[in-house]
Amino acid sequence: MSVEETTTRPEPEVRATAGGPAGQSAGSGDDRLRPVWQLARTMILSVLRDKGTIFFLLIFPILFLLLFGTLFKTSGTSHIEVAQLGDVQVLDELRGAQREEVTKAATITRVDNEADALRQVREGDYDALVMQDGGKVVLRYSAADSVKAASAQAALNSLLERANLAATGQPPTYTLEATQVQDDSVKPIQYLTPGLLGWAIASSSVFSSALTLVTMRRRKILQRMRMSLVRPWEVVAARIAMTMAMVLVQTALFLLVATLPYFGLQLSGSWWLIVPLVVCGTLPLMSLGMFIGSVTKTEESAGGLAQLLVLPMSFLSGAFFTLDSAPSWVQAVSYLMPLRYLVKGGEQVLSRGGGLVDVLPSMGGMLLFTAVVTGLTLRFFKWNDA
Amino acid sequence: MTAAIVADGVRKKYGDIQAVDGVSLRVEAGEFYGILGPNGAGKTTTLEIMEGVREPDEGRIELFGKSPWPRDLALLNRIGVQFQSSSFLDKLTTRETIRLFASFYRLGTRRADEMLERVGLTEFGKVPADKLSGGQAQRLSIACGLVHSPEIVFLDEPTAGLDPQARRNLWDLLRQVNEEGRTVVLTTHYMDEAELLCDRVSVMERGTVLKTGSPAALIRELEDSVRVSVESGLINEEELPKLLAAAGVADASVEDDGVSLSITTRTPGPVLSMLADRGSLRGLAVRGGTLEDVFLQLTGREYRA
Repeated sequence: MSVEETTTRPEPEVRATAGGPAGQSAGSGDDRLRPVWQLARTMILSVLRDKGTIFFLLIFPILFLLLFGTLFKTSGTSHIEVAQLGDVQVLDELRGAQREEVTKAATITRVDNEADALRQVREGDYDALVMQDGGKVVLRYSAADSVKAASAQAALNSLLERANLAATGQPPTYTLEATQVQDDSVKPIQYLTPGLLGWAIASSSVFSSALTLVTMRRRKILQRMRMSLVRPWEVVAARIAMTMAMVLVQTALFLLVATLPYFGLQLSGSWWLIVPLVVCGTLPLMSLGMFIGSVTKTEESAGGLAQLLVLPMSFLSGAFFTLDSAPSWVQAVSYLMPLRYLVKGGEQVLSRGGGLVDVLPSMGGMLLFTAVVTGLTLRFFKWNDA
Repeated sequence: MTAAIVADGVRKKYGDIQAVDGVSLRVEAGEFYGILGPNGAGKTTTLEIMEGVREPDEGRIELFGKSPWPRDLALLNRIGVQFQSSSFLDKLTTRETIRLFASFYRLGTRRADEMLERVGLTEFGKVPADKLSGGQAQRLSIACGLVHSPEIVFLDEPTAGLDPQARRNLWDLLRQVNEEGRTVVLTTHYMDEAELLCDRVSVMERGTVLKTGSPAALIRELEDSVRVSVESGLINEEELPKLLAAAGVADASVEDDGVSLSITTRTPGPVLSMLADRGSLRGLAVRGGTLEDVFLQLTGREYRA
């Protein structure tokens, strides 16, 4: 069965039945109610009145942002704990500014027992153990945290080079002045915000579209509407309006939290492009939800299928980690995921200062995906459970 | 009279089950028409085909001479349906629900409020629709179906599960709806309801119409028309056939369930005077045939799941 639509407007009937039905009272000063607006309004009301829905669709993802934002914020620092066994010349001879520089990056604690110290390195109490064996400086580290091990290695290397250079009595030919450039290093919040926002939008649009469609069919609300004069596009338009209202509130909440000084996302340039991007990005996700709602008969199976789709899609679209560091096959598959374009586009406009030209192809891709899935949905759509 | 609904040889199959198997009927404009039958007789499917919810596999169905399938907005503007009360959107109040349905017909808030008043739900306007009692929910459902003043109203078991007051209350409403000149078609398995409300009924079973006529005419056709019962034990059962024969009653059938003794006959006069002569009138009840008797005679008395 397909969604058919009679294009002719009903002709006003002249009711000739004797003692017949009262005439329509609309038109006699009674404002005509618009079905799209009434439907959208009532759909929004029913979400607002359901505290569980509000929590799971709006608040829960924000909690995720708070959690991950906080977790990854600390993991970004490179301060290391180093245990020093016995005398290590290059460290002990550090003075003044050099000493300060080293202690900023590392805390050095003197230990006496090598076995104890090694065990503590293994257990993660120290990031590395440093000792001197004649002319050799030995660094022992655990491979568990490669980032910290690498920074310990690098720090020690530069100290040794400087010491070696000093030992030759020559002034250094080149000096490296390392200052961190804020914008070049991607802070976690910069990919977490578009990523988790994408995931949140995917969850709310796919789940609510799928479940609502199944519920409305199972409880014969769809059929009841079909018996009235409401057009299918009016119901769909109302649903879209309602979902858009929800995801835009979601977006605002995300930006509000992410730009808190604590997380420190800086909005600059064309960040407002997130609004059209979210609008275009919600459509393919809604259409996926409608597709799920059309091929399933119960809320349970619709919810299961939605879960099966949303979670892998979120991973494969780089919602939880940046795709740049993902294996190449994940990067390849991600191009098929509508969520990828939302997440990537979001990174562009929120974190990388991208403009309209950077996100236009993404928007186009998402709209194309919507068209394809909607076409498929129409093939499976049913008004009622036969 | 002009026909509001004409069905001709309508059939519908679900998988292997022939839900409707050749139904033909004609509902006149302004008529109150009942479709009776046990559960699973095909009443609801027949109604749904009339409404245009489902497409018949075979046969022809016309409302005002037009087919309800496929969806025809001009026709839909002239028919109203009442669905189960659960077909409301979640979390909406009574007033929001009726306004939503009014909007589907591009009517106004005033019309919506009038409908609430009409079904006596004005004071429940702010109550969530899913918190209404069974009877109130049915009235809201009917209000939603009537908001655009349809000429035909379809009702699917409107009083199922309601308490006696709520049923009577709803009957009054349905009678008014019919008196306004609207054609009403309802399905029910309550015989008292059909007998009280309907101008004509069709008794259905296994997807076919067994009999159609006015309740009174159907009852008149019944063979066992009057049942006279008195308290059990007033008359010796052995003696009874002789007494009846002496009174000139030849068609009586006797039943004693230990509580009351029932004599079913088409000539109640001589039976009553015989009982009166013997002074055996304690607990007397005389009951004419009812639609229920017609129904049971047509559909059989055996238990049906």
